[in-house]
Amino acid sequence: MTGGRGPGTGIRFDEVTVAYGGTVALDTLDLTVRPGEVLALLGPSGSGKTTALRTVAGFVRPTGGRVWIGGRDVTDLPPHARDVGMVVQSYALFPHMRVEDNVAFGLKARKAPKMPRAEIAARVGEALETTGMSGYARRYPRELSGGQQQRVAIARALAVRPGVLLLDEPLSALDARLRSGMLAELARLHRELPEVPMVYVTHDQVEALTLADRVAVMDRARLRALGTPRELYRSPADTFTASFVGSANLLPVTCAAEGTVRFGGTALTVGLGAAGASRAGEERTLCVRPHRIVLGEDGPNVLRGTVTAVQWRGATHRVAIEAEGHEVRADVPELDTVPAPGERLALSFAPGDAALLPARTGANGAQDHD
Amino acid sequence: MLVHTCKGRWAAWAVFAVLFVPLFALPLLVIAVASLSTHWSGAFPSGPTVEHYAAATRGESLAALSVSLQTAVGAGLLALALGTWAALAAASLGPRLKRVLDALFVLPVAVPSVVVGLAVLVAFSRPPLLLNGTRWIVFVAHTVLVTAFAYQSVSAALTRLDPAYAQMAASLGARPWYVLWRVKLPLLLPSLTAAAGLCFALSMGELSATMMLYPPDWMPLPVKIFAATDRGSLFVGSALAVVLMAATLCVLLAVARVRTRAAYR
Ligand SMILES: Nc1ncnc2c1ncn2[C@@H]1O[C@H](COP(=O)(O)OP(=O)(O)OP(=O)(O)O)[C@@H](O)[C@H]1O
Ligand SMILES: [Mg+2]
Repeated sequence: MTGGRGPGTGIRFDEVTVAYGGTVALDTLDLTVRPGEVLALLGPSGSGKTTALRTVAGFVRPTGGRVWIGGRDVTDLPPHARDVGMVVQSYALFPHMRVEDNVAFGLKARKAPKMPRAEIAARVGEALETTGMSGYARRYPRELSGGQQQRVAIARALAVRPGVLLLDEPLSALDARLRSGMLAELARLHRELPEVPMVYVTHDQVEALTLADRVAVMDRARLRALGTPRELYRSPADTFTASFVGSANLLPVTCAAEGTVRFGGTALTVGLGAAGASRAGEERTLCVRPHRIVLGEDGPNVLRGTVTAVQWRGATHRVAIEAEGHEVRADVPELDTVPAPGERLALSFAPGDAALLPARTGANGAQDHD
Repeated sequence: MLVHTCKGRWAAWAVFAVLFVPLFALPLLVIAVASLSTHWSGAFPSGPTVEHYAAATRGESLAALSVSLQTAVGAGLLALALGTWAALAAASLGPRLKRVLDALFVLPVAVPSVVVGLAVLVAFSRPPLLLNGTRWIVFVAHTVLVTAFAYQSVSAALTRLDPAYAQMAASLGARPWYVLWRVKLPLLLPSLTAAAGLCFALSMGELSATMMLYPPDWMPLPVKIFAATDRGSLFVGSALAVVLMAATLCVLLAVARVRTRAAYR
């Protein structure tokens, strides 16, 4: 550890606003990243995730609000005084330096006390080892593939052992196998540096759900939702969050009696906890995760329709049916006999697996995705 | 030019030759030929000789070449330092102040160099900065004339430089000076050497401002060439011109070698 850091380095955004000329890229962000916490930032492209990281690193000055790191107001501090390690989306590896010099840069750049050569070499070796790039130390960045460059960028940020780690889509250029390997490395690293908070921007839900203690969902420069992955996944607050954290069937329903809703002509029973106070006749959206839906008629909630598409996804089949004029998708364990499009099919789900959300408004943006 | 067919490539070469040879190559060729002759009354010169070269690389002429080289190296390096400094400063200023600085550095390019020469002469002809009559006034005039080119070339390179590199370096704990020395300048090196070459070449060939203010003990080669041809010694002047060209080219080629070794991307 670079000593002297008190226990509990956290990051606090205090009504941070960033405007580039006319466009507001970050709108009064209020968010605390606790010491040692891994916070995943999720959100569509252009929602302000990178901008939020840049205010912490000091690359952009907020037009309003303050940024705190470890109980210190750093809003007016230059980047070099912030002790922040960052991996940027473009990697920004120094093209005129070999991989080893890129990784050593932060160690050599530190002013007194000068680090002995041997220690620098050891640290560089260790960082390259962690990212699996030991064999490439003598190469120039232009001689590396995109994924290799990305791993060097991670190594460079890790080598200085910063008080805060900001990772902007650090694994986006890696293949699935490397990615899960690096993810495990990052998780191990996080265990070794238990007091270092990490902010992790990603489009990949698996990364977010695997690594993160909490997930913040951003939408159009604003913080939309904040919670543990489980909270956001099981009981999202709105349709945007539901569709962004995991895939979701979002069905327009009308409230009937307490605990039941009508989906077209079908009556459905929903868990009590999911509803919130609802009066009969109110429009709501019902969120059901595809993998919570089973084939057949089982329990009180049965949706009947015609099969529109079946996709084989290796371990699962995704079955889509059209019921009450809406598409409903189910992820079921690999089937031996696959239903054909046009066939009649029934799907069912347990009341506890349905969450009742505010009605989807047109402006709610993000389409459901996988 | 992206020409893929064989015929097309030949046509491109032909157009290039027709345009280039008469416009650029022929005058230079004429000078080279003239420098090797004693008479030129008909269509072709006569009386081949290398005597002019013997004269051009000895005594006063050699001194003039040395003066030119010293002036160009000195003024070029000074201009490079000043221009780079100004470009770096301008980049860290706001866009409005940068525009003011840009305009300021266009002035020596826009104003005729005779006027610049006169201005420098008038400005440094009385105390406290009395440089008139010394070689330093030549350095000053050349520096004023070529700094603008260094500024513009470095300034253009700086706007193309991705700020992410400097930001990344800073967030790794590097102070502004360290960032400048280890990241920005190395990345700008190709433009810096190009700017240095340009400044050097411009200074080597500068005549009009120099004429106004050179002292007797610091006569650069272009002035010498002008004096020779003015006297009617056309062939001696040609030989001197070839020497000037060769010396400039040699230095530029050396600078270009630095540039190719410094190309990273
Ligand atoms: N330097 C800039 N000048 C002007 N506008 C900018 C600048 N940087 C970002 N923006 C704008 O600010 C908004 C937020 O950008 P940001 O880079 O934070 O998005 P992001 O969430 O990181 O997106 P992505 O997932 O695509 O990386 C965008 O609308 C973008 O166009
Ligand atoms: Mg981004």
